[in-house]
Amino acid sequence: MTQKEAFMQRLTIDDLKKIKEQYEGTFALRHGGYRAKVTIHMGTCGIAAGARTVMGALVEALAQKDVQDVIITASGCAGFCSKEPMATVEILGQAPVKYCCLDPEKMKRIFAEHIQGGNIVQEYALVMGNENSY
Amino acid sequence: MDKFRANLMLCGGTGCIAGGGLKVKQAMDAELRKRGLEKEINVVITGCNGFCAQGPIMTVYPDGTFYEKLTPADVPEIVEEHLLKGRPLERLMYREPEKKQPLPVMSEIPFFNLQVLRALRNKGLIDPENIEEYIARDGYKAAAKALSSMTPEEIIQEMKSADLRGRGGAGFPTGLKWELCYMVQAPLKYILCNGDEGDPGAFMDRSIMEGDPHVVLEGMIIGAKAIGASKGYIYVRAEYPLAVQRLQKAIKDAKAYGLLGDDILGTGFNLDIEIYLGAGAFVCGEATALMRSIEGKRGMPIPKPPHTTTQGLWRRPTVLNNVETYANIPAIILNGAAWFKSLGTEKSTGTKVFALTGAVNNIGLVEVPMGMPLRKIIFDIGGGMKKGRKFKAVQLGGPSGGCIPEALLDTPVTFEDIAKTGAIVGSGGMVVIDDYNCMVSVAKFFLEFTTDESCGKCPPCRIGTKVMHDRLVDITEGRGKEGDIELLEDLSHDIINTSLCGLGQSAPNPVLTTIKYFREEFESHIKEGWCKAGVCRPLTTFYVDQESCKGCGACARVCPQKAVSGEKKKPYSIDQTLCVKCRSCYEACKFGALKIGPGSLGKELIEKAKGVQTR
Repeated sequence: MTQKEAFMQRLTIDDLKKIKEQYEGTFALRHGGYRAKVTIHMGTCGIAAGARTVMGALVEALAQKDVQDVIITASGCAGFCSKEPMATVEILGQAPVKYCCLDPEKMKRIFAEHIQGGNIVQEYALVMGNENSY
Repeated sequence: MDKFRANLMLCGGTGCIAGGGLKVKQAMDAELRKRGLEKEINVVITGCNGFCAQGPIMTVYPDGTFYEKLTPADVPEIVEEHLLKGRPLERLMYREPEKKQPLPVMSEIPFFNLQVLRALRNKGLIDPENIEEYIARDGYKAAAKALSSMTPEEIIQEMKSADLRGRGGAGFPTGLKWELCYMVQAPLKYILCNGDEGDPGAFMDRSIMEGDPHVVLEGMIIGAKAIGASKGYIYVRAEYPLAVQRLQKAIKDAKAYGLLGDDILGTGFNLDIEIYLGAGAFVCGEATALMRSIEGKRGMPIPKPPHTTTQGLWRRPTVLNNVETYANIPAIILNGAAWFKSLGTEKSTGTKVFALTGAVNNIGLVEVPMGMPLRKIIFDIGGGMKKGRKFKAVQLGGPSGGCIPEALLDTPVTFEDIAKTGAIVGSGGMVVIDDYNCMVSVAKFFLEFTTDESCGKCPPCRIGTKVMHDRLVDITEGRGKEGDIELLEDLSHDIINTSLCGLGQSAPNPVLTTIKYFREEFESHIKEGWCKAGVCRPLTTFYVDQESCKGCGACARVCPQKAVSGEKKKPYSIDQTLCVKCRSCYEACKFGALKIGPGSLGKELIEKAKGVQTR
């Protein structure tokens, strides 16, 4: 959080660019030193479907194995409410994979097989890639 | 408006960017400028396509050529050969890999590939409670541009040429609204955001506030600069606790960064934004009622004019826009009006977010270019009807909208075309209704809602909707009379013409459209005492068709009343004295042997059964 504290001050327009450059790394996994990022979609729909327990299971699994190079983050609704809880797993240099209809057990398996093992868990996966936004 | 003859879709996914995608984009921009093609050919950065191993990739439209493993050095050749001479470059074209990916990619699934995310561009991508992630996605860049290098007139002009229309329902041109407010001289003006999303089944605004709260703030900053406002309120209903919490965090972080408050980004511009919690009254989504509510008064509308742009909150000039409208604004300022208009139709530009729900397979939040036919949204994006049932109607615009039948499914979703059907685009609720539903009951449901939510200030709405609702209850309970349909139509027109605000003026729409497209259902309720969908219990009798019953017993197993009986492989029958008309048997039968008869049939069958016993 030291990066953040250094910035928590009144910004100028140039500062916006600096923050963008600095956070693009962690945000897009490009040069943040992380190997993978897991986004749990936590809009009202996701939380109602059990996203918090999915997040809990993942945090626990990471702590157990003492994994340091994976970011867990929360985000808003992924848009496919009937398939919540959803999570997006992004391994550096590979297309993001969206998993759907998750529960803690499924998340643990995804952690072991996909995040640690590098193999997509086909049964739970919905799709690869990101939507077009332009 | 600039029409591009070709669009180059460069993948902006992590893999492609890591492989040098941005350098390819820079080279492409430079090459197009050098050849004077930048007005003819558009370069677009897209989401990840899932072909990361082949990246950087690029698709050329309209022809759909797919290039892989691009380098900046390839760019001049592509421009020369493909874009000028029309000869796609074989050398760089994508070759089908030997083994197909077992997992589908976004571009193969209609739910994803027909969507274009603009208002939802950060949907599920950023951490909404992290302002830096928003900034990393070009957040506050548009606000910086508007505050530092644009005059209010320039901002308003950009909005007017983008033809952005209010996404809250009415479709009023945003640029014009801003201009009207800008022209009023006043020491204090307000900018408001309407997050009082009240339509049943609608959750577009909630999702934006929850998933990307900063975009709302940024839109409001730009609007405030355009009209000269220094104070803003976001009106959110208290039933959206997560949205409120994330907006609060967003405002706190933005203030800490000097993106709200005094002297924003060192430009000398001041804007303070506060959240105002609404108690969930539907009428408070109406502009004047919303403003009374913020003033601490009872949320009731007042007559217009004076319009709120001259006398709004605390009688000061005020602009009120919807959440989704604000979510569109930063991108317009950054990319320009021509970019915005490159999607949509001439009069309905850009994209619209819909909350697709009801009897479709894929329920969710979808953003599509305006002008897409309803059929495509429901059957391609929505993945068709659930449980293989038949489509009956789609309800658009909530309690102010209407039901559109199958015959009109090819209607493009634009403000004008939808209005012609009697429904409205509205805020974007899209409820798909299957043939298990009775349209009289659907009309009754929406009218019950508006009757409840009528604030009571004006008699046409307060009394008129109640009288209409009573008629509908009578019809669904078997007390319908000849002339009821005409009475409903007559009352509807009176209420529309004489109500004070939009709530009353649109409340009869669900009834009018169901009468217009499903009149025979109203008639069979009234004249035959028969609800053919089997929903209105007094007007329904379930019976087993002896001819087509195979005697499988599925109906008897699900009956909670043990009213269905029979022997295996022989036709079953229902004891009408026990039947509670719960539909379980009807839905369980796989052979269509369960039939729906008029309400009076039940009595006849009971009489008949008695006759058999006494004989």
